[in-house]
Amino acid sequence: MPVAAGLRVSRLEAMDAIVAEDLRKRYKAVQALDGVSFAVREGEVFGLLGPNGAGKSTTVRVLTTLTRPDSGRAFVAGEDVVAHPSRVRHSIGYVAQDSGVDWEATGRENLLLQGRIHGMSGAPLRARVEELLGFVGLEDAADRQARGYSGGMKRRLDIAIGLVHGPRVLFLDEPTTGLDPEARVAMWVDVERLAKEQSLTILLTTHYLEEADRLAERVAIVSKGRVVVEGRPEDLKRDLRGESVSVELAEQNGRAAEAERIVAAVGSEVKLDGQMLRARVPNGARAIPVILGALDDAGIGVASVTTSRPSLDEVYLHYTGREFSAEDEEGAR
Amino acid sequence: MQVLRQTGWMVVRQARNLMREPIWIAMMVIQPMLWLVLYGQLYKHVGAQGRHTQFSYIEFLTPGVVCMNAFFGGTWAGMAMISDLDRHVIDRFLAAPASRLAIVLSQVVRAGITAILQALILLPIGIALGVTIHGGFAGWLAVLATAFLLAMVFAGFSNGIALLLRREASMIATANFVGLPLMFLSTILVTATLIPGWIKAITRINPVNWGVLASRTPVLYGNDWGTVGAHLGYLLAATAATALFATWCFRAYQRSI
Repeated sequence: MPVAAGLRVSRLEAMDAIVAEDLRKRYKAVQALDGVSFAVREGEVFGLLGPNGAGKSTTVRVLTTLTRPDSGRAFVAGEDVVAHPSRVRHSIGYVAQDSGVDWEATGRENLLLQGRIHGMSGAPLRARVEELLGFVGLEDAADRQARGYSGGMKRRLDIAIGLVHGPRVLFLDEPTTGLDPEARVAMWVDVERLAKEQSLTILLTTHYLEEADRLAERVAIVSKGRVVVEGRPEDLKRDLRGESVSVELAEQNGRAAEAERIVAAVGSEVKLDGQMLRARVPNGARAIPVILGALDDAGIGVASVTTSRPSLDEVYLHYTGREFSAEDEEGAR
Repeated sequence: MQVLRQTGWMVVRQARNLMREPIWIAMMVIQPMLWLVLYGQLYKHVGAQGRHTQFSYIEFLTPGVVCMNAFFGGTWAGMAMISDLDRHVIDRFLAAPASRLAIVLSQVVRAGITAILQALILLPIGIALGVTIHGGFAGWLAVLATAFLLAMVFAGFSNGIALLLRREASMIATANFVGLPLMFLSTILVTATLIPGWIKAITRINPVNWGVLASRTPVLYGNDWGTVGAHLGYLLAATAATALFATWCFRAYQRSI
């Protein structure tokens, strides 16, 4: 992302909730961040997508002032995270990858203490806590010790804790990791509701492609401490030169090679596998009639045609040259 | 102001959490009694020998056990910090505008208050066993102040170590490594006349022994308030030093995450 730094800041400071510029950080033998740069617009849900160990959590720790970068700059809500960390802390909510809930305290006590750390008190604080307990659906469990909460309940309490002071920017570090599938879908609904109802900028990290695809308006794919590509999921997929088309030939009559030539006139990366022809085309809706017409003219029968837009999986593969799942395992050691 | 306010609320949090641990409360109450009775019996014949005979061993021992409880409690205070680190409560505080000093002070003050409560259990038991606090009300205050400060000195140290090591097993090993030697390098159990010269030299720089001097003099004699005040002053300075050390250790912790 070698965009001129000066230009970037002046353009973005007014409208960007988060700006990261060439962040680097090294832990002993590991270069955790190797020049991370991206920008998140005010009010946007932004996804940092990458396998375990790619540098997502380190990036979030730098942006939330928990740790300092070795070099590079970052601004959150207009404040420099290195020069003015305490100003940043007033404007952000942080929901860590691992729950920060105090197990021995009740849900309400957790929220009250967090509010007091933010300098809130009295009736306004109590009212805010009540409101949030309702928002995350923990009214009934509010006065029970968090020790007895389910994983999903602890996560929802974490989010309420992150929201207590009305932050401008919310960081959700792997909000659904460790949740069962049902709780995960419920969390997705919660995050969508959050983005809609509380006027917030949300940065979420995830190593689930489907999660980024569903929740984030824009994503940055992180690999080995760098952002390899940044953009709207739809754009990233479209930039992969369109869609894939699969044509199943009706008969095995030795004309497959001829069919392959016909398809190659329209699409690229044509592959023949038995009676199945696969190709990439810029636009499926336009390409399919052309392909079918040409095959029909040649008298080659077609059993079925399908078209599909590429998934973020393919985007990831395209930009990193690696299968997402393979690197995930490597990253997790 | 913000630091004091936050410290206050964090102490409330810790106290409330501890009050929900009945086993912890039972141990906190029973253990000091156990020390007093056990050592009282074990060292009855050797402890106070070679000194004046105007006091009994239990009178000699009681302020010592108050100190022992206070500083043992302090050396283990870092365990609560480790638990908060493991549960990521500390990270949650640090990403919010929580003062690092307040986080440390809350752990330190909690250890100090626990030591005062234990002293308030120990002193009446001592009195029941025949102890007279010669310093009267001022004597009581001196003993309670000693318990408070001594626990805080070691709680600050322990919290710093917790932030540097961040592992329970390492923390336990360190607390043991520091705790027992410091007890035996003091006059908690036996008078200074019974210990070798080189140990006597070490007792002068052992904060545990500062506490012993600050609390034993008012119990046994009720005079020499200058010595008492001086040693309480040393303890106060040491508390400030270890609390600042622990606060500084947050830097090391934040570099590592």
